[in-house]
Amino acid sequence: MSKDLIKIRKLVTHYGERKILDGVDLNVEEGEIRVIMGGSGSGKSTLLWHIMGLYQATSGSISVLGQDLDKLKFHEKHELLRKIGVSFQNGALFSSMTIGENVAFPLTEFTELDENTIRIISRMKLEVVNLGGFQKLMPSQLSGGMIKRAALARAIVMDPKLLFFDEPSAGLDPVVASEIDDLILKMRDAMGMTMVVVTHELDSAFKIADKITVLDQGKILLTGTVEEVKNSKIQRVQDLLERRARNDTVDPEEYLKRLTQENYTIS
Amino acid sequence: MKSTIENIGSSIVLSIERLGFAIRLFFDCFYWLFFGRKYKQKLRLAQVAEQVRVIGFDALPIVIALSFVVGVMLSIQLLYSFADFGAESQVLLAIAKSVTREFSPLIIGIIIAGRSGAALAAKIGSQVVSQEIDALRVMGVVPVRYLVLPPLLGLIISMPLLILVADFMAILGGAFFSIESLDMSLMAYMSESFDVLAINDITQGLVKSIVFGVIIALVGATTGFNVTGGAEGVGKATTTAVVASIATIVVADMIFSYFLTQAL
Repeated sequence: MSKDLIKIRKLVTHYGERKILDGVDLNVEEGEIRVIMGGSGSGKSTLLWHIMGLYQATSGSISVLGQDLDKLKFHEKHELLRKIGVSFQNGALFSSMTIGENVAFPLTEFTELDENTIRIISRMKLEVVNLGGFQKLMPSQLSGGMIKRAALARAIVMDPKLLFFDEPSAGLDPVVASEIDDLILKMRDAMGMTMVVVTHELDSAFKIADKITVLDQGKILLTGTVEEVKNSKIQRVQDLLERRARNDTVDPEEYLKRLTQENYTIS
Repeated sequence: MKSTIENIGSSIVLSIERLGFAIRLFFDCFYWLFFGRKYKQKLRLAQVAEQVRVIGFDALPIVIALSFVVGVMLSIQLLYSFADFGAESQVLLAIAKSVTREFSPLIIGIIIAGRSGAALAAKIGSQVVSQEIDALRVMGVVPVRYLVLPPLLGLIISMPLLILVADFMAILGGAFFSIESLDMSLMAYMSESFDVLAINDITQGLVKSIVFGVIIALVGATTGFNVTGGAEGVGKATTTAVVASIATIVVADMIFSYFLTQAL
């Protein structure tokens, strides 16, 4: 019986007045690659930010690596964050540092290792993502795919148990996107990391996922293996898979209110 | 009418919010300075040294040049106005006192606000926009400790040092223009200037400069962290940082002048 690294119960969150997540339950087991899928605005990125403890939830509980985020003190939360790697949608590399310095950054900040060791470790991680020899370049000199890979090297430099990806293949051409997917699979097999990947790319999701969670309008529609998702009878899931636009029925009264009321905010 | 009042109200709320943010930053900085080591958030001395170099050392040429010019300007004005009373000999005293107590800190404050305050706001602002701050946070690095504390300490160290240079250069500038009218040698002018200065004149300038340094760091960081709206927002924040820090410096200067002269 493998243990759950992430456990979320009845998570409800708001952005201002607007409800983003509405009673989300989620378990991620050790060693699995979980893909969280959904259209834009389904709340999938928000969910990721909450698991990292950067936003305050309205209600519900989140436990990461066996620690309840609500009960953690400020310092304990930072302690926990150091055991997690995150790869951002746009890479979020420090633009004033070279690639090598970017990758070495967590090591120089949190370890007492000497310069040579740090250099060797960070170059090894660059080799893992096929960027060996690129350490002297600045982020602005790299292509989109290279930036994502460099960000990935930075995310894994501390050997985290848990790795988060926000849209790993967004904005990349299919070949490069598929390279990133291979890299994700390779790293899971080689290092036994648990990964949570947020994406809206179907091909990528089907290729890497052990299990897929489909999120829609802040609610979980379905969690299952790739096969289960593909064969799902749920209308919205099929819409997503076949890239059909949402065809909600329009409530005339609500529609009129949206158009005419002065201080209308969506609830 | 209603919307005007609404705008005034919301801008007041916003400024109070920003003020609170800045005060919070100030205390956070010192918290991390003293307790950071305990929680693996330690300040790197190399970072502070780098800031002192960028803020202080790199500003030396412009500080030297402008404070000399200010000294010349003061002596031109004072020689002209004092001539009516036949009191030209007092120019030396007036320049020495006004420069050390008032002009050096104010001029240096404005120069550094333009140089380093703007740079700090732009740096933090662009990092907010490109999610670099979020990246720091998810790595477990406290952004204030890493991004605000080093420049704050850099300013607190650099400002007084720059003031000493500026004091000397402004008095030299004053001497340069007035020794002829006063019929004095340069050496005599300089040594007489240092004789008339009391310790209190110098310290008043130094105290003010440290306060200005703190203002520049806090205003720069506050506007930087509150950037919204992409690259355009960064540009706006830079302008706001310069204008707001200079305005705050001028007001703080008046307040400090009042209290520091009352006490003695």
